[in-house]
Amino acid sequence: MSASVLVPLPVILPLFGAGLALALGRSARAQRVVSVVVLALMVAIAAVLLVRADADGPQVMHVGGWEAPLGISLVADRLSALMLLVSAIVALCVLVYSLSQGLVEYGPDTPLSIYHPTFLILVAGVANAFLSGDLFNLYVGFEILLAASYVLLTLGGTADRIRAGSTYVVVSLASSIVFLTALALVYAATGTVSMAQLAGRLDELPDGVALLLQLMLLTAFAIKAAVFPLSAWLPDSYPTAPAPVTAVFAGLLTKVGVYAIIRTQTLLFPDSPLSDALLWAALLTMVIGILGAVAQDDLKRMLSFTLVSHIGYMVFGVALATDDGLSGAIYYVVHHIVIQTNLFLVAGLIERRGGSTSLERLGGLARLSPVLALLFFVPAMNLAGIPPFSGFLGKLGLMQAGVDDGSWLAYVLVAGSVVTSLLTLYAMAKAWNRAFWQPPSSEELSSEAEAAGATTDLHGKPVRTDGAVLTGKAAVVMRAGMAGPAAALLAVGVALTVFAGPLFGLTDRAAADLRERTPYIEAVLPGGAP
Amino acid sequence: MSANLVLVVVVGVLFAAGVYLLLERSLTRVLVGVILIGNGVNTLFLVASGPAGRAPIVGLNDVDDMSDPLPQALVLTAIVITLGVTAFLLAMAYRAWQLNGNDEVQDDVEDAAIRRRAELDEVSSSYDDSAGGTMDEEGADEPAAVASSPDGDPAAVGPEGEQR
Repeated sequence: MSASVLVPLPVILPLFGAGLALALGRSARAQRVVSVVVLALMVAIAAVLLVRADADGPQVMHVGGWEAPLGISLVADRLSALMLLVSAIVALCVLVYSLSQGLVEYGPDTPLSIYHPTFLILVAGVANAFLSGDLFNLYVGFEILLAASYVLLTLGGTADRIRAGSTYVVVSLASSIVFLTALALVYAATGTVSMAQLAGRLDELPDGVALLLQLMLLTAFAIKAAVFPLSAWLPDSYPTAPAPVTAVFAGLLTKVGVYAIIRTQTLLFPDSPLSDALLWAALLTMVIGILGAVAQDDLKRMLSFTLVSHIGYMVFGVALATDDGLSGAIYYVVHHIVIQTNLFLVAGLIERRGGSTSLERLGGLARLSPVLALLFFVPAMNLAGIPPFSGFLGKLGLMQAGVDDGSWLAYVLVAGSVVTSLLTLYAMAKAWNRAFWQPPSSEELSSEAEAAGATTDLHGKPVRTDGAVLTGKAAVVMRAGMAGPAAALLAVGVALTVFAGPLFGLTDRAAADLRERTPYIEAVLPGGAP
Repeated sequence: MSANLVLVVVVGVLFAAGVYLLLERSLTRVLVGVILIGNGVNTLFLVASGPAGRAPIVGLNDVDDMSDPLPQALVLTAIVITLGVTAFLLAMAYRAWQLNGNDEVQDDVEDAAIRRRAELDEVSSSYDDSAGGTMDEEGADEPAAVASSPDGDPAAVGPEGEQR
């Protein structure tokens, strides 16, 4: 059990790094070194945790030496460790991308000194949410990452970002309040917030009380995960942030909500009376989300809508509550974190190269920048679920689980997911054709130059693009530091396909653990629940 | 478990007032609403901890008489978090006021654009269908009738659509 010493590190290290980066605020170079080193360490720690959790069962750390029902316990089982590893990789790539973006846009000596500390705190909050073994610590993890995300979303304080930010902050606050209220009621009903202990005690509650608690927790998490009736805030608020910020939000924040749904549904409410309702929510999330994406003309907004839509796939897997369904959902979460982040990073590159993300204004990028075209094409097809890619495998796994389930509602969901993936393909093909394939007209060229002036950077100031698109003299070159992380994520996405066998093996085992519940409970409460 | 009725009523009132304010458009009112609900939740935690007892200090009081210390620790954490978020919301309301002269939560620009486009589509298709000038209830008003007279070109209805 020596690896359990490592369990709190993914939370402590970024917090420590954030403090250090804030203290080193005067030196951009030192801040960069601190954040990159911290995130690289996190990737390594998460990898070790995943190997140990897979080999030896859940790794538990009782913080401060207080045993489980009383103290705060941090638990890394297969699911948490896998999520942690993927998030750390994604966060590292996004950070490297944003470093390079900052360098280009202000010169080496004018960094935004709060960006790095805030980013690290966001990562700490995500890690805390994944590892937390009790509901209240999960709430604290959510609040840490939300507070950091408020700051990142409103960086620079321009009118646009304040407008988008106010919706986002108020909606997030509302979901936090629902969550906290649910916590108070959970404590009143059971006298504990430790998830392992709750698993036993919730079973003893009257059905109606348990249902109310489940409904409140689900509502809170569904807002954070952007499940359909509660998803309207997301496409409004994400696209206005700087590209790397949107990318990390899209990759991680909604997935923390999905993780919380998976964890509470499987551990606390295994025989959920709400699974039919969840299936309906999944269906509506998929279909309505993708219809929104099809209607959009702006690439970033289109991607935000596909993000909402594909959350539906994960909820579908969770609602089935079978081994195969959960396994498919976990695989899909991993795939989607990587691919969606990748697409938003590429959208940032497109914005820089083409001067805009509006599909009305873009055109002919394939000729201007074949590398960029490739960087967009592969993850876009992956998202749509074209056969060799991981998106296809994840969807296939979910659909098989749906067919195995055999109820008519599951078949409707399978049909819905086919329609959704076809519409995703349509949306992506539309974006590809208009941004990369169709030749830019002369009128559009002049408007692109004008649009280039409207592009904003991390601070919300206009980026100097010097009319590069207009002259074709490539004043805006693709920075290796920006294209590199996007390419790295693309490679991770392809690796998810290549190593799909072992990965599905891992998610199968994780799903079996979740369904069985006892490994988790016994790891946290060795003597059984008091 | 016995709950204190007065506290329960206080929680209810705080939540009701808070939700009412949260639904307002002005960020300052939203802020006040958040504070009220935050305090409502904190009080709810106190209700959840059961009847009040003696101070939970080992050695000073008998364990059976103590009140439950855990919810109080949870409330402390929640208070700190609410404080931080309140400060941020206040700063944001101030910034919104600096930028716009008010602190109202605004509609999304793109949503408005898409809605406008949809309305334009509706109007223009009614032109195409009704070459004779029979209008649906959407386009039956005065400016639409004027715009319809040239040649049913969708572009001609542009300004009219924006008026709505």
